[in-house]
Amino acid sequence: MSLKIVVLAKQVPDTRNVGPDAMTPEGTVNRAALPAIFNPEDLNALEQALLLKDADPTTNVQIVTMGPPRATDIIREGLFRGTDGGVLLTDRAFAGADTLATSYALATAIRKMGLPDIVIGGRQAIDGDTAQVGPQVAQKLGYNQVTYVTSIDEVRDGKIVVTRHIDGGVERVEAPLPILITVNGDAAPCRPQNAKLVMKYKRAITPIERPVEGELPYAEEYEKKPYLNITQWSVADVDGDLQQCGLAGSPTKVKAVQNIVFKAKESKTLTSSDADVEGLVKELLNEKIIG
Amino acid sequence: MQNVFVYIEIEGTKVQDVSLELLTKGRKLANELGVQLHAVVAGTDIKGKVEAQVLPYGIDKLFVFDGEGLFPYTSKPHTDILVKLFKREQPQICLMGATVIGRDLGPRVSSSLTSGLTADCTQLEIGDYEDKRAGKVYKNLLYQIRPAFGGNIVATIVNPDHRPQMATVRSGVMKAEVLDADYKGEVVYENVADFVPSEDYVVKVLERHVEAAKHNLKGAPIVVAGGYGVGSKENFNMLFDLANLLHGEVGASRAAVDAGFCDHDRQIGQTGVTVHPKVYIACGISGQIQHIAGMQDSKIIISVNSDPDAPINKIADYVITGTVEEVVPKLIKYYKQNSK
Repeated sequence: MSLKIVVLAKQVPDTRNVGPDAMTPEGTVNRAALPAIFNPEDLNALEQALLLKDADPTTNVQIVTMGPPRATDIIREGLFRGTDGGVLLTDRAFAGADTLATSYALATAIRKMGLPDIVIGGRQAIDGDTAQVGPQVAQKLGYNQVTYVTSIDEVRDGKIVVTRHIDGGVERVEAPLPILITVNGDAAPCRPQNAKLVMKYKRAITPIERPVEGELPYAEEYEKKPYLNITQWSVADVDGDLQQCGLAGSPTKVKAVQNIVFKAKESKTLTSSDADVEGLVKELLNEKIIG
Repeated sequence: MQNVFVYIEIEGTKVQDVSLELLTKGRKLANELGVQLHAVVAGTDIKGKVEAQVLPYGIDKLFVFDGEGLFPYTSKPHTDILVKLFKREQPQICLMGATVIGRDLGPRVSSSLTSGLTADCTQLEIGDYEDKRAGKVYKNLLYQIRPAFGGNIVATIVNPDHRPQMATVRSGVMKAEVLDADYKGEVVYENVADFVPSEDYVVKVLERHVEAAKHNLKGAPIVVAGGYGVGSKENFNMLFDLANLLHGEVGASRAAVDAGFCDHDRQIGQTGVTVHPKVYIACGISGQIQHIAGMQDSKIIISVNSDPDAPINKIADYVITGTVEEVVPKLIKYYKQNSK
């Protein structure tokens, strides 16, 4: 069955590889010092979408991402792995969004793209770890949702069957389409980039990536090959309500951000010598700290 | 109006620990604000089976929704219940577990009510907030405190203008304490059909397997935890040997879990299990804040690390500078020699 699928993906700073320069002396995040990557669980989600496209090549897979101009990388990454296209939502008015304002923006974009059979995203993004945007998009679209999915087992007769995590176990769940799904990190990893697709799409760009001055390199290609022009939408393009976007549309406010300072303890420093380790074990036994 | 609400999570008819922990916290917040503690529970065939499990935690009013199709949990019926109930009851705060259910339900409810939600809070406090730009001061807001940005910073989040102020908290972060075994709370049995339209029961759970936890990491008196510095899955076996000897459990940092050295359900930290053991032996763990958030209340911390400047050493009582491969076998050997 030919499906329409929209993948929610986010470009995130790689918080897993944080160096000492990741924080400024003022205690704010130094984004420049962190590489921007495709949110890992969104890649798992992309793979689930591409598997459905493998099963039926008429299935259409689009990525939607919200972010600054450089987040176009996310759309290109998708094209290199087999998506049909994507949309970059970019506008200063989207900036400072919490999860609710983010989900509002994504939902308006998805409506404008034409409501799909399946919306699929990673369970959570590594920069916030909130897992909130998926369910909030589902609510705004009026879709049912199934979260923490590890595999899509079947899509047939307007229904989908998935396997998902629950606390302390697993569940198999059947739901009618349309549906929003969030995918867990232990689902199948995403396929690598395909060399042919990289060749085909390497020059694909959004309008905002075009040079401000001077000539666009390979300008004639963008006329001959419309697929090299990645769609980019602003708040106005999606008929967004400014009161529900960005900082204005975010009910949560950050009151304070701090570097954590834990109370340092007076610690006893030991070497790994036999004498030191045995001494420690004896001390712990004598003081009945260990039995 | 303006009360503190807790969403009570159940497995069958058994109330989950995280809900008891939140009721305890909710009671304290309600006292501080001078309001009542209310709670809501939804399930199938639960009437007469859940009330006594939760009222002793100091619930003033318990709303029970008992009906077919409410267990196992699916998103829409439980969302319908909370959204409608909250529109009627107008709570100022809503707490739920940062469990699979709470993290599925919370955002959906917050989106329906356009209220702010903060995930995985590690502390909840009451305090004031000044919005300098708007020149407004808000009294007695819920401070939702959580590590952010991969655990590199701690953020205090507030929801000045929207109600309820919603927060999720992981199991084990707060402590459960019975307030009064005979606490007299009111119980209200609601008519589920008034809240959930029949077409919202469309998601079907076909199969379900829930296993009792394989380990008791949360309650273990001694935890031997390994980080990326343990080096391999095989080396983790040494930690299991040491933990068995000490009658403890093995935990792991996120880095070790991501590297595949250890199962995900043993992850300690903000996005894993929170532990408060008597002794915490950190092996090859550098001590990212997101990890420390899950173990800082350990009574005695022993750090084994080849890097003398590992951040975890600052909060350790004993620091052994050396590799895990070298030190852990010695700990095993000298424990065997000296115990008894």
